[in-house]
Order: sequence, then C-alpha cells, then structure tokens
Amino acid sequence: MIRFDQVSKRYPGSHEALKGVSFELQQGEKVFVLGHSGAGKSTLLKLIAGIERPTSGTVLINNQNVSKLRPAALPYLRRKFGLVFQDHKLLYDRNCFENVALPLYINGVTGSEAAKRIRAALDKVGLLGKEKAMPITLSGGEQQRLAIARAVVSRPSVLIADEPTGNLDDSYATEIMGIFDAFRQVGVSVIIATHNVQDTGDARVLRLDQGQLLGTEQAKALGL
Amino acid sequence: MKQWLNQHQQALQIVLTRMRHHMLATLLMFCVMGVTLCLPSILYVIVDNLNRLAGDIKDEPQISLFLKQDIKADITNDIEQKLRAHPAIKTYRFVSKESAWQDLQANSTDAEIARNLEKNPLPDAYFVTPKNIEPMAIEALQQEMQQWPGVEIAQADANWLKRLYSVLELGKKAILALVILLGFALVAIIGNTIRLQILTQREEIEVSRLIGATDRFIRRPFLYAGAIYGLGGGLVATLFLASVISLFNSSVTEIAASYGSHFYLALPDLATSLMMIVSALSLGWIGSYIAVGRALSKLN
Repeated sequence: MIRFDQVSKRYPGSHEALKGVSFELQQGEKVFVLGHSGAGKSTLLKLIAGIERPTSGTVLINNQNVSKLRPAALPYLRRKFGLVFQDHKLLYDRNCFENVALPLYINGVTGSEAAKRIRAALDKVGLLGKEKAMPITLSGGEQQRLAIARAVVSRPSVLIADEPTGNLDDSYATEIMGIFDAFRQVGVSVIIATHNVQDTGDARVLRLDQGQLLGTEQAKALGL
Repeated sequence: MKQWLNQHQQALQIVLTRMRHHMLATLLMFCVMGVTLCLPSILYVIVDNLNRLAGDIKDEPQISLFLKQDIKADITNDIEQKLRAHPAIKTYRFVSKESAWQDLQANSTDAEIARNLEKNPLPDAYFVTPKNIEPMAIEALQQEMQQWPGVEIAQADANWLKRLYSVLELGKKAILALVILLGFALVAIIGNTIRLQILTQREEIEVSRLIGATDRFIRRPFLYAGAIYGLGGGLVATLFLASVISLFNSSVTEIAASYGSHFYLALPDLATSLMMIVSALSLGWIGSYIAVGRALSKLN
C-alpha cells in the first residue's frame, strides 16, 4: 500500500534528512517509526502524507507515484490520511466540535451527517461532553485526543501520528496508545513516530538514525 | 452538485459569521468603499442631469434652408415633400420671400434698409427643427439638405450647442478617468483587507492545506468576503448618493424655480444603480482573488 524505494530528501540549505530509505507497508499494519529527534521521522511521515516530495527515489501510495502527481491532485491524496501533528495544530479560535468538523467540511460533508460523524469521533476519544469547549481549556492529553478525533473523523484508511505522546505523562500516553490500537482493530493502518517507546507490542518498527533506515524488524525481536 | 452547493453555502456562512463578529470593522469597510464609489457617482449624476437639461432646452436649434432666388414651384414642392417625409425632422416652417419682405419692412429699424433696396432680395426659406439635437446629427442633416436641388444654402445654428456638448463630453471623460482610478483604489483597499484577514487566519489555512484542502476551498471564503465588501460598499454608495442628491435638490429646485424652470436632479435609474453595485461586487471579488492568489503562492 505504501512503498518507499531508495527515497532521499534534502531540504534546501540543509543536510539530507533521509538517505536511500526503502520499505513497504501493508494495509492494516501498525508501525512505529523510532529514532532520536532529527533522525528523519517527521520527514518520513510528511513524505507518506504527500506534504513533502522526495528529492530522489519514489514514494508509491496505492501504486501512485507521489512525485508524479500534479500539485492539484495532492490535496486528494492527503485526504486518505488522518494526520496527528506533533504540535496538535488545533485551531484555538473555535471550539472542539468545529475543530473536528474541519476535515469533513474540506470533504464537502456538512449538516446533520457531519454532526453525527463529529460526535462519533469525539465519542471514540472520550471527548463527547466537551464539544462546546475551546481547545485552550483542555488538558494536554485532551488536546491530543481532540487532534486524534480530527484525524479520524473523515474515516481515513491510514492514521499518521507524529510524537503523539511526546509531551504527555505515562498514564495519558498509555491512554492515547489504547485509542490507536482501537482504530487498528477496525482495519485502519496506524503509523506512529516516537522517540520514546515503552511498549510496541506486535507492531512493526522502522528504526531511523540520521536519515538512514537501520531495520524494519518486529519490535519483539529487538527485545524492546 | 449538492456537495458543490454545500461547500458554497458553508463558505458563505463562515464569512457572514466572521463579519458578524467584527461588525464595526465590516461597516467601516462598507463606508470606505461607499464613499470611494460615491465620488464618481455624484459626478455622473451631475453630468447626466446636464445632459437631460441640454435635451429639453426650449430654444431648439434650427437649420435654415434658403432656397434659390429663381426657384421653380415644382422644386419647392419637392423640397416640401422631402421635409415632410424626412425621419430626422421634427417640424419645419415655410417663410415665403414675400412674407419675409413684409416682415422686414414692418420692422422699424430694418425698414430703412428695406427702403434702400429696389426689389426683394430675400429668398424663400424653410426653418427646420431636427428631432435629434446632438451636434453630429444636426451637421449630418445640414449637409444632406445642402445637396438638395433648389437649396442655395443650409445653415445650422448650433455653435453654442456644440460647446455645451463638448463640455458634457469632457465631463464624461472625467468620470471615466475617476472610475478607473477609484476602481483601482477599491481593488487595492479590498486586496489589502483580505490580505490582513489571511494573515490572521494563517494557521487555519496551513492546517487546512495539510489535511487536504484544495486551493479552491481555501480561496472560497475570502472571495465571498471580497464580494460582500463590494456589495456592501455598492449599497452604501447608493444610499450616500441618494442622500447627497436630495440634499442638493432642495437648493437646485429653488434656483431653477427662480428661472421659471422645474429642473431638479434626477437620481440614477435602477439599471445604473444596479450596474454600480454589480461592478463594486466584481471589484471586490477581483481584489480578493489577487490577494488570496499571492498568499497561496507564498505558502507553497
């Protein structure tokens, strides 16, 4: 479903963020992208979601070459993914309901159909009672869950999260991971970038170091 | 189709909510646009009314048609028939050389001259009032009649009218120049306002793009905002214009009455007002399109 073939990414005036990365992910997989900060985790996620284009190599999403897509087609590619950003990227001038509504509006879903799906998404992350609350009044963990609700509301087939537990204490982190597992159980691929992983379970692991892929082993085999 | 409508309705709703939240700023924006639009409109109304005034001048211009001295009766009849059938002629009046001679002799000051003349030097004449009093039309008619057999000379008395029309023409050019300059100003004003709005909504735009919003989706609410500013400005301008004209009118009718005229300043008709509003709306749309286009290409 997602295939990287010798993918490199160099930002202008900077070092190579990724060097010759190749791997393939199947639908419904849960994958951890591990590495220190600056190892290229975020870049990898951005390449998957079509936010960045590779400098060389090919990124295939559902057998589509992302580099060859017209700029106008990129938004439609991005809609296939649910993105949870490192810094949430919530909109603080509108309430939880409206934050979650954004992807639906972009997809042209409005009205009662949208409201139903927004409430369902908020329910899944346990924020149903806070739909009128402004994001600024939520705790860090709640904001993260709100970001997840926004990522899943348009029912993407792939959920991508960049450091979703980065600034959270352990109990919150476990809770968030639990939510991701629940989505995986209904067939959603989950790709999580993180630098501190406690329990990867049976997930696959892509370990990055300074832009290079060290291995794609099963987590258990690494003894984590 | 339904989705398309949905998206437009939603964009419009977002804009209207935003404007409601910033009521004062929105109204001020309407006023800025209204005043800007008002300036050429007032000039237009004045020129338009002068045009109307020129149109119903009682002292209508005439073309004098002096016939040849030795003209035969059947040629005179021919001319008479041509005049009667001519579509550009409103009225005409025949003055025979005899009646003109008598008039001349009856007039005390001219009687002296008449006595010194042995025989009647005056020709038969037609005095023609054309339907269209624009200088071009009069000149065309005069030149046409000059060619008729039996006509010695066709004389148009329309110099003063020519001058009036030149002044009106100048007025129209002034309006055009003003419209172009102020139209440019409007595009700039709206473009700048939209640019500021984009800056305050930068985050939202960035997030929307990241999660798959098309440029069109992002552009839509701003285009609506620009068009609404234009529409509001157009309506305010119409209102301003009506108030200014009615304010002027109390004085204008007074002055006109002292000249025994019922002249007053007429408001622009519905079509003109609509055109003003629609062009304001389009200018708003254009200004906003330029601003969003620039912002989006910067984000890329």
